[in-house]
This record gives sequence, structure tokens and C-alpha cells, in this order.
Amino acid sequence: MRIATELPASDGVSAPRAESPWRRFASEFAQSRLALAGLGLLVAIILAAIAAPIISPQNPYDLAQLDVMDSKLPPGEQSSSTGKTYWLGTDDQGRDMLSGIFYGLRISLVVGVSSTVIALAIGLAMGLAAAYFGGWIDALIMRIADIQLSFPGILIALILLAVLGQGIDKIIAALVTVQWAYYARTVRSSALVERQKEYVEAAQVLALSRTRIVFRHLLPNCLPPLIVVATVQVAHAILLESTLSFLGLGLPITEPSLGLLISNGFQYLLSGKYWISFYPGLALLLSILAINLVADQLRDVLNPRLSR
Amino acid sequence: MLAFTIRRLGQSVFVLVVMAFIVFIGVYAIGNPVELLVNPQADAAERARATAAMGLDKPLAEQFLAFLAGAVRGDLGRSFVFNVPAIQLIMDRLPATLELAAVAMVIAIVIGIPLGLIAGLKPHSVAGRSIMAGSILGFSLPTFWVGLVLIMVFSVQLGWLPPNGRGETVMLLGVPVSFLTADGLAHLAMPAINLALFKLSLLIRLTRAGTREALLQDYVKFARAKGLSSRRVIGVHVLKNILIPIVTVIGLELGSVIAFAIVTESIFAWPGTGKLLIDSINQLDRPVIVAYLLVIVTIFIAVNFLVDLVYSLLDPRVRLGQAAAAH
Repeated sequence: MRIATELPASDGVSAPRAESPWRRFASEFAQSRLALAGLGLLVAIILAAIAAPIISPQNPYDLAQLDVMDSKLPPGEQSSSTGKTYWLGTDDQGRDMLSGIFYGLRISLVVGVSSTVIALAIGLAMGLAAAYFGGWIDALIMRIADIQLSFPGILIALILLAVLGQGIDKIIAALVTVQWAYYARTVRSSALVERQKEYVEAAQVLALSRTRIVFRHLLPNCLPPLIVVATVQVAHAILLESTLSFLGLGLPITEPSLGLLISNGFQYLLSGKYWISFYPGLALLLSILAINLVADQLRDVLNPRLSR
Repeated sequence: MLAFTIRRLGQSVFVLVVMAFIVFIGVYAIGNPVELLVNPQADAAERARATAAMGLDKPLAEQFLAFLAGAVRGDLGRSFVFNVPAIQLIMDRLPATLELAAVAMVIAIVIGIPLGLIAGLKPHSVAGRSIMAGSILGFSLPTFWVGLVLIMVFSVQLGWLPPNGRGETVMLLGVPVSFLTADGLAHLAMPAINLALFKLSLLIRLTRAGTREALLQDYVKFARAKGLSSRRVIGVHVLKNILIPIVTVIGLELGSVIAFAIVTESIFAWPGTGKLLIDSINQLDRPVIVAYLLVIVTIFIAVNFLVDLVYSLLDPRVRLGQAAAAH
């Protein structure tokens, strides 16, 4: 009897909030105009990176399209042969900086996103294993993660690249090595909390298989903090890759990411030819800024401690 | 407390040996130093002689023990490029790096904590919002690009500050420092600000988050209810409680500042260990790379050890928690 009377009452409380969690999430996210601007910027940057071959005035890697006579032209100058305008100037090889930036953005984003996804998968597996099995597996995984996290990522990546050499696969490997521990830790700590909750107990009572409990019940509930960490880490990975490339240890010159473009322009900076490094840097800054703005709002929306 | 210290010290030494092993394997065993040192036209006999001379024909474990024995005596091999002991090269350049890191950290603390406090006390005010926007910008600005822009503005356009080098130094307690001369300060300003920017943003956010959470605690409400002045509530009750995590992070970030100095030193041609590392990697000067990594790792582990000790003094829960876990 009491149950019957209470049920409609609790339904009545949640009735005004009958909107789906996704919609609620979207409306909370949209409360910050800054975050919305960041999201818009991010979408524009991703589209520009995807559409680089279509929207670029020239293919910056096709040497036949480059004209040495056009080298180091300031922004807005016209090509001596074709009469095309170089809106952001050209570099020492006569490469249109705007095209270089679109293509560089592509490489930077691919490296950032793919290393984050791989690191996320590894960290997720490690963190879940540590939380679910406990004991020596937990101790081993977390000791490794702790030791690694006590050193800054850039140092670990530098050591790895000094040993491995250059290449896009090597820099992704280095970035994955740097990042996995963050995810492992985040997943472990939220999985340990979730594990104690009633729904896991209920699933165990229902005699569901271990894999089903871990992947269908535990995992989805560990995702929110992980999404926040992953968003921040994409920006971190892009920043780290460009820093390493700037130092000459990341990508080879045949695959110029934004960091390499900036590094290339550095030698001309003191003679006042600022545009060769300035604009790729601006593109890098805007990408990271956009991701951080989105991540910041995600953190506030997904953090139950600050929810109103 | 003594048991905690000894246990923690044991862990530190263990980590140090593990790191030495990883660095050793990474730098010596994966690549082959003989290829770099011997004339490419050399025949097999000559190669074998060079290999034996460097001790590379011995089993890996024996090589590692010999390397460790040398490392303990401070002998990490001679630089291929400069032909002086690698450890001496590092030690000669360490003061420049430490000075840069220390000045950057001071800038970050002196500016970051007050700004974070303001942003935490008034999160919705114009000041609070601008400070947070600034800190997001500080996080997003690529360090090396900020360095370039600083050089572009203050060296190339305005001609106020020198773009590279360390400038005039004076001896302070037997260590050359540049912050006591006008020329040295001019050289120090841009690299230090450049290096401080990221830590500054971090401290702002940390202080803000701590303040916001502390303000909701009962002891703050109680202090207010008691009728304490708002200045006393913030200066004593809030600040004291948020300082524990902040002190920890400052301690831990000290090591990371030294690591990030690699980038700043490369941009401003600051004659420290970071620039030496990049040069050595480009020239494949292995003994110097190994010496750098071991010195930095040792500094790191020492800093972590000290931070843990200080933390356990400040917050007994840490000590008790670990002791309980050990039983």
C-alpha cells in the first residue's frame, strides 16, 4: 500500500524534468557562451583540417606548385608568377602559409586524437583491470602509473624520441606512453567508487558474467570523468607534439605539423619575418584554446560536486 | 615518523635504480654506440676492438653494474663532443637552469595565488571571470610560441630586451647568478616570464577551486557566524586550508619547471642543461644525455621525497593512512 502511494509521488517530482539526459546536458553546456564559442571554433577547425585539400590555395607539399621566387613574401603579397595573393605570406621555400597551416592542422589533429584514443583504450583496460581484480594486479599497474606520473610528460616523451628517432608512428607511441597513466588512474578511482554501489551488487546477484558487469555496468558509469580527462588530454597531446616537433624531435620535415612550421620560421624571426612562425602558432593556439574551453565547461557540467 | 621516512627513502632509491636501468637500456642497448664512433669503412676486427674497448661485448647485466658503479662515483662517461666528463658539463650548466626555474616559480606563486583567491571569492564578478579567461589562455598558449612572440615584440620590434643568452653574472656563494646584475635581469626577464606562464595558470585554477570548496565548508560558515571579519576568515581560515594542496603542487611542479625549461632554454639560447640536452640529442652525444637524465631524475625523486615528508608533517592523515595500509 505504502509503496503504491509513494511511487506516483516520486514520479511527480521527476515529471517536470522528463527531458532526456542528453538534452539536459546540452542545455547545461550551452549556459556558457564562452564554451559555445569554443565549440563553434573547434568545429570550424576540424572542418578546415578535414577539407584541407579542397580549401587550400595550393598543395604545400607538391614542390612543382612552389615557386622559389615567391619565398618569404609578407602577408597579402601577390605571387610574381601566378598573381595569386598569399594572405598569410610564404615561407623560405615559397610555400603559401595558409595552405601550410591547413595541412599542418590536419597532422596535428590526427596525431593528437589518435594518440589520445589509443592511450584511452589502454588506460581504460588497465584502470578497469586494476579496480576489478585488485590485489597484486592493482598494485603493479598503479605503481607503474604512479612512477610515470611523477615525471613530466615532456621528459618521458623526449627520452623516448631520443631513443626511437623521428616519425609519426614514433611520436604517437611516445604520446600514448605519456598519457595512458592519466586514464588508468581516473578509471580506477571512479570504478572503485562505482563497484561499491548497489547496481553492481544487483548485477552480481543476477549472476551476470564478469565481463558483462565490467563492460555493461561498470564502464558506462565511469565515463563522465574520463570524457573530461580525454578532452583536456587531446589539447595536451597536440601541444606536446608541436613542442617536440619545434625542438626538432617529433615529426620529420616531410610531414610538417604546426610545431614544425613554427620551428621553421623561428630562424627568420630575428630578421623581422614574423609571419612564418606567428600564424601557425596562432592556429595552434586557437585549436588548443577551443578544446580547453569545451573541456572546461564539460568539467563543470559533469562534476556533481558543483552541480546546482 | 622515522619508519615512514625510512620506508619512503627505500622507495625513492628503488625508483632511482629502476629509472637508471630504463635510461641505460634506452640509450645504450637499443642504439649501437660503435656505429657512431667507428669509421664507417672499418672492418670487422676494428669494430670488435672498439666494442671491447667500450665494454660492449660483455653481458648486459655486467655492463649495467659497471655503469651503476661508475654512476655512484659520479663517473657517467666522457662527452663525445666536448671530451670532458659528462657530469661536469651538466653541473656547469645546472645553476643557470635552477635560477631560471626558481625565478619562474616565484613569479607564478606571487601572482598566481592572489589572483586565484580573487577568482575563487568572486567567481561570477567581472574580475573573477577575466582571471579565469586569462588562465584558460595561459593553459592554451604554446610555451614555445609565447617565447617567439615575446622575442618578436620586445627584441625585434621594441628592442628593449636581448633575445638570447644569459648576460652578465656575479658569483653568489660560489654559484654564478644573473638576477643581481641589470644586464642579467634583462636577459632573465623574458625566459622567466615565459616559463612561469603555465604554472601561473595552474596556480590560479588550483587556488580558485580550493577557495570555492573551502567557502562551502562548515568551519567557514561557523567563523562567519562568530562574527569574524571577512579578512580574517579568508586570510586565516580559508587560506590555511587551501595551502596544503597548493604547497604540494608547488613542490611537485618544481621538477616539472626544470623539465619545461628545456623548451624555454632552446628558444632563448639560455645556457642551461635543457639546451645542452637538445644539443646532445641532435649530436647523439649519449653520455651527456644519460648524465642529464640521471641528474634530473635524481632531483625529481629528491623533490618528491621532500614533498611527501613535508606533506606528512602538515597532514597526519597521509602518514597514518600509509601506515595502516602497510599493516
